[in-house]
Parts: sequence; structure tokens; C-alpha cells
Amino acid sequence: MQFLGHLINGLSLGSVYALIALGYTMVYGIAKMLNFAHGDIIMVGSYVVFFLFAKSGINPVLAVMAAMGVCLVLGVTIERVAYKPLRGASSLAVLITAIGVSYLLEQVAQLAWTANPKNFKSIVTIPPISLFDGQLIFSGETIVTVIACVLIMVVLIWFVNNTKAGHAMLAVSEDRGAAQLMGVNVNATISLTFAIGSALAAIAGALLCSSYPTLTPMTGAMPGIKAFVAAVFGGIGSIPGAFIGGILLGIIENLSKAYISTQLSDAIVFLVLIVVLLVKPTGLLGKKINVKV
Amino acid sequence: MGTKRLGKYSKKYSEYISAFGVVIIFYIIVQIMAAAHVLTSSFAGQLIPVCAYAIMAVSLNLTVGILGELSLGHAGFMSVGAFSGVLVYTNFSAFMPAWAAMLCAIVTGAVTAGVFGILVGVPVLRLSGDYLAIVTLAFGEIIKNLLNAMYLGVDSAGVHISFKDAASMKLAPNGKTLINGALGITGIHKASTFTLGIVLLLITLIVILNLIHSRSGRAIMAIRDNEIAAQSIGIDLTKYKLMAFVTSAVFAGVAGVLYALNYSTLVATKFNYNTSIQVLVFVVLGGMGNITGSVIAAAVLTVLPEILRVMKDYRMLIYSIVLIIMMIFNQGPQMIAWRKRFISKIRENHSTGKEEH
Repeated sequence: MQFLGHLINGLSLGSVYALIALGYTMVYGIAKMLNFAHGDIIMVGSYVVFFLFAKSGINPVLAVMAAMGVCLVLGVTIERVAYKPLRGASSLAVLITAIGVSYLLEQVAQLAWTANPKNFKSIVTIPPISLFDGQLIFSGETIVTVIACVLIMVVLIWFVNNTKAGHAMLAVSEDRGAAQLMGVNVNATISLTFAIGSALAAIAGALLCSSYPTLTPMTGAMPGIKAFVAAVFGGIGSIPGAFIGGILLGIIENLSKAYISTQLSDAIVFLVLIVVLLVKPTGLLGKKINVKV
Repeated sequence: MGTKRLGKYSKKYSEYISAFGVVIIFYIIVQIMAAAHVLTSSFAGQLIPVCAYAIMAVSLNLTVGILGELSLGHAGFMSVGAFSGVLVYTNFSAFMPAWAAMLCAIVTGAVTAGVFGILVGVPVLRLSGDYLAIVTLAFGEIIKNLLNAMYLGVDSAGVHISFKDAASMKLAPNGKTLINGALGITGIHKASTFTLGIVLLLITLIVILNLIHSRSGRAIMAIRDNEIAAQSIGIDLTKYKLMAFVTSAVFAGVAGVLYALNYSTLVATKFNYNTSIQVLVFVVLGGMGNITGSVIAAAVLTVLPEILRVMKDYRMLIYSIVLIIMMIFNQGPQMIAWRKRFISKIRENHSTGKEEH
């Protein structure tokens, strides 16, 4: 029963990772770049929700929607200002720029809101469900996070496969040059990807901080990196892969915290990444890409 | 043909001269300042860190600038070197002269970091680009977490190690705790000197510049410029990638020993992701592939925050802006094209101006 409890906590954390990983995997699939700043967009979204909901008492749904708007604008701006001038440059240059953007967001947040942790008030008001005479408790946060994650994934899969913009995304991720020749607006498609990924980051941030209520400018950094691990685990570029990878990683992290060592749980998560990359570099659901001369 | 060869050699020697020149001039200036008693204590306290960070920057430049792969776990190697070096120094200095213990510590730090470089490099270098960067980051975090949770002690029965807590080491009452988990190593004898730092920096420069200008160095740069083309002319990718990566790790270990023996306590969290990024900023600002630039950038960016209050408060903010702007201006395809147009325009004006005269 205790094991099931850890499993459920893992599921909750894993759903948050999955939400973040969806943003990572879409951007990586389409813009072919690792957006290091994704984790910090989560942090910004969490701060917006914190100030609107906990401080000003605005309806939580409205607060999250406002945060989605802020993150969307932020994500698209970052793409336009920092990443677009580097399109076509080496991946090393793009990666260093992304690290720079990530640091910039953290430092600006630290100057604006100080490094003191804020006590995030959970946006979830659903009461917990207890089973087996309270031996097994599903917290409201867990229920909402898992449902939100599944719902978003289903909507995203539908969007990518059934709309014109979604088809444009698939085309750009397959072959950017060919897509452009077929009349796809590559820049607009990449901007759209960043917009969707960043808006999802706001939801992920609100749910992450509802379960783990300490909010600092560094809140997003570690979950961001772990979500990337999840995206790689599931196969980068694949939406269901990000979901499965996120859930598995959350469960692995929680079980290793419970049964091995709290201090070493991060090390174990990263070990998973290394093992996956060595054994199956394309991840669980990823496609193999051949490098051509 | 003859002049061409001469041109190549003079370029090589000018790189040596500029790198050594900068270090030696820096050393002389500091010595003069010390003799004239104008060396402030905050500046003097930064001298050894400057040397350590310069070694870090030069060694990371070998991976980032020459090999063309991004390593985000360079601080991990520094950490491994620091811990092993300090352990050797504190245990050896009891029965041998200080210089010999120091030598043993540096060699141990270098070898340990090198071994970790091989352990990390063999699996990691099969990957490339973004994956390699994220895996080196992961390794850096793993090393930090392991050292942070490690308890190491020694008693008459031998060495005890635990990753849980001090009690589970089962140390005899007369035993000595060497590494105390998150508290790290305490009571270190501060043995590093500025002169030692400069000597180590010069050794680093000699080895790395010689490597770059050797046959192996050209092979490494060929891999950077076009991996598939390099492979097709018979360059052993794994061998040369590993050579650059491990050399880089070895000197990070040396820098770690130098750095750690400058403070009385050593904790694993000192060598975190931020430290790796800080060294990356030195490399990027100094110019990727430019060894002298790394030394200068490391020195300026380590000393400047001590002198300028603004630099201290907004250090990381400035670093992040430096990273973004340097990358967009140096690597952006449109920026490169714009710069080329600008330069050719100036040349055109210059030449037409000459003709008129």
C-alpha cells in the first residue's frame, strides 16, 4: 500500500514533467534546438499565478490563463530576439545562447522578486479522495495534474494531426527547406511552436508549484532539465513519448527517493538519461535520423 | 612555398608569445604591486582563483573551441581533482616536505580527473551536439550529488565510506573523518601560492598549445569542422575526441587542486552548474578557440567584480547578456554577412581614397 502511495506521488510529479517535456519536445522537433530557457518560463508563469491568485485573489482559472498569455508573449519574444538571428548557425552557438537566456530570466526574476522563497498557495480546490480507509490518498493536485496532462496531450495530438497549422509543424520538423518550398511559413510555424510550448509551461508551473509550494527564481531550472531528460527518454520530437517519458521519470524519481536515498535521487534520474542515451539514443518512441553528408 | 611555411610557423609562435606574454606580464605587475604595497587584500585574495579559473578556461576552450563540443560539467572534473588533491595533501604533508606533498596532490588531482574524464568521455563522446551537452551536465550533477552525500573516514581498520550519514561509516573512536558529507573537508592547510598558480598556468598553456599545433590538434580541429569528412580521410574520431576531452579534464583537476588548497574548507556544492557556466562565459568572451583570450577573460571577469561594486551585484546578469550578445554577433549568419559587407565597404572606400591621391 505504501508502494502504491509512492507510485501515485510519482504519477503526479511525472505528469508535471510530462507537461514540461511536451514543450521541450515540440520545440526540439520543429526548431531543432534545445530551449534551455523553457524551465525558466515555467518559473515566470508560476510567479504570475502567484501574484494574481495568492496576492490579488483573482479566480485561479483566470490567473492561469493570464499566466499563459504572459508566457506566450515571453516565449515568442525570446524566440524572435535571441534565437531567430542564430537560425542556420552551429548548434553549439544556439545552445550557448539558450543557456544565456535561461540565466537572464533567472537573474531578472531574482532582481524583480528577490531570491526569498514565496509560499505558493495551491490553485486546486478539489478535496482529496481517500481509498481503503485512508491508506491511499489521491490529493486534489494529483487528480487535476494527471487529468490536465492527459487532456493537453490528447488535444495536442489532435491539433498536430488535424489542423493546417499542425500539418505545417509536421512538415517543418520533417524537412525545413522542403516545407518552405511548399509554401509553409517556417518562421510563423516556429513562433507558433514556441507560443504553444510556453503557454503549456505556464500550466505546468502552476501545477508544479501547487504540489511543491516553494517558489524561487530557481524553481524552474531543475524540473526543466529533468523534463528534458523525460523528453529524451520518451524519444525527442514525439508527443506521446514525452508523456510516457515524463510519467516514468516521475515514478523513478519518487521510488528512488523512497527506497534508495533522497540525496541521490537526482543522480539516479540523470543516470537514467545516460543509460537511455547509450542503449537506445532515440528514446522509447523516437525515430532514427540518419546524418547525411 | 617557403614563405607560406614560414607564415604558418610565425602564426604558431605568435600564439605562444601572446599567451605566455600575458601571463608573465600579469605576474610581473602583481609582483611590482606587492613590492610597492599597493596590492589591496581583496585583490590579493583573487590571485589564486584567477590562476585556477584561467586554467579552467584554457582547458574548457580545448573542448568547446577546438573540439567544438559543449561540456557543461567541467566543474565536475574540477571538483574531483579538488577532493582527491586535498585528501592527498592533508594526509601526505604529515610525513613529507610541503613541496613534495603539493606535487603529489597535483598529480593525484590530475590523474583522478583524467580517469573520470575517460569514464565520462567514452560513453559521452559517442553522442554529439545537444545530447553531449546535456549528458555532461548530468555527469556534473551526479558527481556533485555523490560527493555531497559521501562520508569518508579512516581508522586502524582501514578506509570507511558511506553515502548515508557519518554514523553508518562505523568508524572506530580513534578514527579520523576525512569527508563529512555536505560539510565537505574542513581545516585544510592553505598551501597554494600565486607563484605556483602561475607555474601551473604556464604548464597548462604549454601542453594545450602544443597539442593544438600538433598533428593530433589538427585532427581534432578537422573533426570540429566536419566530422563526416574527417572520418572519411581516416581520422579516428573516438581517439581524438577522447584525447581532447581527457586533456581538458586533467587540467580541470589541476585547477581544482590549486583552487581548493587556497581555502580552509571544501564543499561539493561549490563546483556546481553555475561554476561550469561561469567558465563557459570566460571561454565565449575570450573567443572560442582563442587560448590567450580565455586567460584574459578569466582574469578580467574574476578581478572586476572585486573592484566594481556594480559588477559584483549584477555579475550573473551581465554574464548572461554577454553570452547572448557574443553569440548573436559572432555566430549569427546574418550578422556575419553584415560584418563582411561592412568590412568590404570600408576596404572599398579605403582603396578608392588611395587612388584619388
